[in-house]
Amino acid sequence: MASGIKDKVAIIGMGCTRFGERWDTGAEQLLSEAFSEALADAGIDRKQIGAAWYGSAMERSVGNSAIPLSTALRLEGIPVSRVENMCATGTEALRGATYAVAAGAVDIALAMGAEKLKDTGYGGLPTVGKGSFADLWMPYGSAPAGFAQLAAGYRSKYKISKDDLKRSIGRVSWKSHQNGAKNPKAHLRKGVEMETILNAPMIAEPLGVFDCCGVSDGAACAIVTTPEIARALGKRDLVTIKAIQLSASAGREWGTNQWDGSYVQNTRNAARAAYQEAGIKNPREELSAMEVHDCFSITELVTMEDLGVSDAGQAWKDVLDGVFDADGKIPCQIDGGLKCFGHPIGASGLRMVYEHYLQLQGRAGSRQLKDPQLGLSHNLGGVPYNGVCAVSIVGREGR
Amino acid sequence: MTSSSPAGIKAFGAYIPRRRMPRAAIAAAHAWALPSLKGLAKGEKAFCGWDEDAITMAVEAGRDCLRSTPGGADAIVGLSFASTTAPYADLQNASIVGAALRLSSARTSADLSGSVRAGLSGLAQALQDSDLGDQLIIAADRRSGKPGSTQEMLYGSGAAALRVGQGDGLIARFLGRQTVTVPFVDHFRQTGEKFDYFWEERWIRDEGVSKIVPRAVAALLERLGVPAARVAHFGLAGGPSGSDKLVAKTLTLAPEKLLPDLSSVVGDTGAAQPLLQLAAALERAKSGEVIVIASFAQGCEVLAFEMLEPPLKSPGHGLAAALSRRIEESAYLKLLSFDGQIDIDWGMRAETDNKTALTQAYRIADQILGFVGGRCQACSAVQFPRFPACVNCGAVDSQKPFALADEPAKVVTYTADWLQYSPSPPLYMGLVQFDIGARLLMEMVDVGPSGIEVDTPLGMCFRIKERDRQRHYDRYFWKAVPLAAAAVSTAPKPA
Repeated sequence: MASGIKDKVAIIGMGCTRFGERWDTGAEQLLSEAFSEALADAGIDRKQIGAAWYGSAMERSVGNSAIPLSTALRLEGIPVSRVENMCATGTEALRGATYAVAAGAVDIALAMGAEKLKDTGYGGLPTVGKGSFADLWMPYGSAPAGFAQLAAGYRSKYKISKDDLKRSIGRVSWKSHQNGAKNPKAHLRKGVEMETILNAPMIAEPLGVFDCCGVSDGAACAIVTTPEIARALGKRDLVTIKAIQLSASAGREWGTNQWDGSYVQNTRNAARAAYQEAGIKNPREELSAMEVHDCFSITELVTMEDLGVSDAGQAWKDVLDGVFDADGKIPCQIDGGLKCFGHPIGASGLRMVYEHYLQLQGRAGSRQLKDPQLGLSHNLGGVPYNGVCAVSIVGREGR
Repeated sequence: MTSSSPAGIKAFGAYIPRRRMPRAAIAAAHAWALPSLKGLAKGEKAFCGWDEDAITMAVEAGRDCLRSTPGGADAIVGLSFASTTAPYADLQNASIVGAALRLSSARTSADLSGSVRAGLSGLAQALQDSDLGDQLIIAADRRSGKPGSTQEMLYGSGAAALRVGQGDGLIARFLGRQTVTVPFVDHFRQTGEKFDYFWEERWIRDEGVSKIVPRAVAALLERLGVPAARVAHFGLAGGPSGSDKLVAKTLTLAPEKLLPDLSSVVGDTGAAQPLLQLAAALERAKSGEVIVIASFAQGCEVLAFEMLEPPLKSPGHGLAAALSRRIEESAYLKLLSFDGQIDIDWGMRAETDNKTALTQAYRIADQILGFVGGRCQACSAVQFPRFPACVNCGAVDSQKPFALADEPAKVVTYTADWLQYSPSPPLYMGLVQFDIGARLLMEMVDVGPSGIEVDTPLGMCFRIKERDRQRHYDRYFWKAVPLAAAAVSTAPKPA
């Protein structure tokens, strides 16, 4: 196996806008807002950026190509690329920037992700075509419909009653609302009663409206460089990247009988590779916190098993036992998650890393965890049986 | 037609949309303005889902017919599709039907239309052409009546298919045909118009049906040397309700010889009606019995058959089975919406541009219309769609076509999606597992009151996938139907 990127790249600055319905703020302002915070945090000048990667998933909100980014930030004369990989887009931007630095091609690189979903006019995500081939046969389902199917598969495999599973996924959302309430940058900042969650209008069975994440505007970014340059810039107690891995579906889950509908193979693939790259043997014991892709409550639940922090068929009980609560064994979505921090698609992967970055530096305010060492981020794009998964791990240097 | 070998019917099939609306529900919706409709509020009518049309129903009737014959589609050399409601005015509708039925050996194909007589006239033509080989004639109509009209109450939707040929395997022998053509305009619909316009019922009955049909039937029987007493099954399509009884009386046919009145359980299915009546006759006739079917429209077409060998009963096949696959719907607005007569505000998600790449559609026409996937010659994995590389072993260009439409399947995952736009919410969708190994994400339709669950057995049906409302082109594909829901029936019996 390749030697990987562990500790080869340090994050020296990050920025993240408040997520939410930013009616008075355009995409260019969101980009500028996140970038200004990151530049100030890094203590560098814009002209020191050697290359940039821009993640945005919905062209209709932010335009295509890298030009919206290079124009908004006035990044003149340097390579700027746009990446898109559905909901893993933000992590893809970070992967591009990180690899460039690790390869020695660039000294300092920018990874930016942004989305301006509230300029689409939709309550959820817009319906997008799947290409001239798939359009002819693949049904158009909504995003919740794609993930709701996990509930049928999981429930059937582990013989869990509909009511028990509904209660458990409801508890996932309840916890994230508790966390989001403490985060000034979160989209949804209000605790919600379990009864309200369980009785909410149905979106895609069994997912009610509180089982679905916020649809938000926002931008988040990271400035990365080598540990050596970081130190030369005066940085101490570095936060370094331990692993970034990605897995994309090739049709086996939806095209053969080799998948039972109860888990996400891409998460398992990406997690295995990321743990290896980061040198993690026992994630349940070693990870300090997780920011996972809780686009829907059922997704977070099965992800706990796919990441190896819950045993097979046990995540629904771990959730009810509070294992992932703010004061639990491994806090998950301490910043509110996609559920409450919000989900501007292209920004989400970087928003997750932003929370770990703050936590690792002891800058997370009222939600600060005690002495975190390693944080895992997880993005899922597409649907469980036909999508992409990105897993990234950041931590204190040398950990 | 050569005289050496008698022509006749080898197999038949039927399709009736599962949705049945009690006529009382329609009358009740109009009672504020048209209380007299209550007089027609008997029985129920079959109506199409938003994703069904004359083409999709024709495919289903054709499949039902081909399933019941040895050799399936292989020996069919000609396909005729008769309808007064074919979706396309210029695009051979039969070409889509034939592709969906995988009629690879069909050399001729035709759309027949012009009047509801097209169904029975098409059968007569197919019989005449049967010296060329087996012919498949399918008639289907999705009939719309203007809200509040008599036609809305009486019209139904359905399809019937007949395989005709010569030589071995005939179940009924063709005896002869009588045709009368006169410019008697009982109703009409100009090209491009949605609804029929009717003249007074009493005139149609007294001056039209009563004078034209008995004369034509009598002339045929006389020419064939068949006394009326030998006619065991008589059906008449077209004309006001009760026309068949009137004609039978004139011809001195006993009332029990009348075929069951489909209008009480399905409605008047236009061009499909005479062929559905013939299917009903073929399901009940005994060897040696004579069947006479007439179709009234600008004169009349009359065909006579002699039953030879009743076909073996096959579960789930034929008209009786199609009638039993029933889901009751009493929401009248649903009927209006499915028929495009009201335009509900479905929100922004309905704005998606469904432009079809016709280039792509042609390249993979066998996969999309015929539901033909592939079987990898290296690892035997059956799959859909056929990509160059096998989904299981990655072998390149290793797949041979493999048809999936009639393979048994079941639910792996599912959900009911209330967010995504569907003209029939919720949109049921999920992964469908074929016993043979193939799997794909499919829409699930006609989900009855029993719903769906993991492992629910599924059948396949040919439907409209999306409508392109800007350019008026519908893309077709296959959807899955829960078999259990389809079998639910508490249907009233035909009168």
